[in-house]
Amino acid sequence: MEVNTDYDVIVIGAGPAGLAAAIEAYNENKSNVLLIERNDSLGGILPQCIHNGFGAIKFGNDLPGPEYAVRYEEQLRDLPVEIMLDTMVVDLTPDLDIYTMNSTQGYRHFRPRAVVLAMGCRERTRSQIRLPGTRAAGIYTAGTAQRLVNIEGYMPGNEIVILGSGDVGMIMARRFTIEGARVLSVLELLPYLTGLRRNFVQCLQDYDIPLHLSTTVNKIYGERRVEGIETVKVDEHLNHISGTEKFIKCDTLVLSVGLIPENELSRKAGVQLDPHTNGPIVDSDMATNVPGIYAAGNVAGIYDLVDYVSMAGEVAGRSAAVWASKQKVAAKAQAEEERPSITIKPGANVGSVIPQKVYFDDLDGRDIYLNMRPNALLERAVKVELSLDSEEIMSFREKYARPAEMIIRKLKPRDIDKLKAAGGHELIAGIS
Amino acid sequence: MKISKEGDYRRRTDICLRCPQGCEVETLLGPNDEILNITGNKCKLGVAYVEQEIKDPRRVLPTSIRVKNGVRPLVPAWTPEPMPKGLLLELAEESREMEVEAPVHVGDVIVDNWRGLGVRLVASGHVPRGR
Repeated sequence: MEVNTDYDVIVIGAGPAGLAAAIEAYNENKSNVLLIERNDSLGGILPQCIHNGFGAIKFGNDLPGPEYAVRYEEQLRDLPVEIMLDTMVVDLTPDLDIYTMNSTQGYRHFRPRAVVLAMGCRERTRSQIRLPGTRAAGIYTAGTAQRLVNIEGYMPGNEIVILGSGDVGMIMARRFTIEGARVLSVLELLPYLTGLRRNFVQCLQDYDIPLHLSTTVNKIYGERRVEGIETVKVDEHLNHISGTEKFIKCDTLVLSVGLIPENELSRKAGVQLDPHTNGPIVDSDMATNVPGIYAAGNVAGIYDLVDYVSMAGEVAGRSAAVWASKQKVAAKAQAEEERPSITIKPGANVGSVIPQKVYFDDLDGRDIYLNMRPNALLERAVKVELSLDSEEIMSFREKYARPAEMIIRKLKPRDIDKLKAAGGHELIAGIS
Repeated sequence: MKISKEGDYRRRTDICLRCPQGCEVETLLGPNDEILNITGNKCKLGVAYVEQEIKDPRRVLPTSIRVKNGVRPLVPAWTPEPMPKGLLLELAEESREMEVEAPVHVGDVIVDNWRGLGVRLVASGHVPRGR
């Protein structure tokens, strides 16, 4: 089978990260770009996100998901970027061999000069949360239910209970209600809301849908179809509190219990993953540890706002195109040690950070966005610190720290100079 | 929305819905429910939001409309200008009976001036013609 070596950059995934990456990769010295997507249309998850909340930062507008995607699709249409739809990437190697499969061209082998991983994420399933009970019909993850309602035109059920107070769950609580179903309650394992406050107001409060914190589902009942669920309260260690079990009669259980980066191809390519994000470790160029492989968007870690996903995609696309044109594979291995850089790790009250590494050369006066995911709920003024060996190099204040909301700090050239001047190799980002 | 009394005054706390940040906006209301002070908003949209929410609460309706002769069965639609909160489920129910003919494009007006209230239901996606 022949190898196609025409492309400078191949982008895997045409969701918001991939679309932005493909556009920027082309714009950077008119690279030869191929965009591969497994679905039959562009946009990734956006076409089923019919609610507004997209584009506040990118377009100064509060757009529905599909419209945000169309803006990028229109930009792409004007460029000579090649697109393969309905195509699955089945393998990716550390040498950048890509193997694809589709029904019109069969099995194909590509070897581009750079790759951008933009496959997004998948939902945590019932088996992953070990939810006992029958395997009745009527149990869906929230994203699946969203696809059924918004794309296929089916209602999953009439009397619905939702497990998980993340944004997808709350958005679907409203969606089901708008389409005439009854949402009986939203249950949340943790003692706090895990989605945006605005969604609590406009999706639950507006429709008098009760939210029960520190509560989870213990068991599912129903032989062929869900007939009800048993809920139980949990303590501060998330252990079930015996005696608090309650039965809720319902015909549908929707699970909104977390998103996990799609990392099968990343693993095949030998990309190093970060156990905090469950996605690839990336530096300020969105580069992974494998030379020529970049990663952006939810594949690297779960974001709250699509605008920042697009921005990460732009960085990855541009960096991939620059890499392709320079092609300094051997030179990079040596230059690795010489390139001035700093690693950033999560510290007190921080679950994860992106990027995990900043290279000081090659920035060209560009700003870097430091994304930190808090892992503690602090409803008070907090101080975010970047420290080296317990010495504070940089700090700033935030009004609160919420696990549901990423703290995004723009590091300007003078901030980056401060970090560089500190010397040392590892910074810890902590919240107090 | 929370309200607490402070002598002759009342303090109202709303979560602003204008952007995903969800600022907690505090409004001090006088003895005649007049707005005396608004704080907590990170931008001026928060002021407009609270003033509207007190006077005439409005919400955006996101839904999908059936498409005839399109490559997909549904087109996403919304009310770009928020509509009266209390009427949202009524428009939602009516929208279930609606159908549009493909092709549909972003920005196509599906319902103009609903019930004479200036409420518009507009397509937010595209559906080309086909099977």
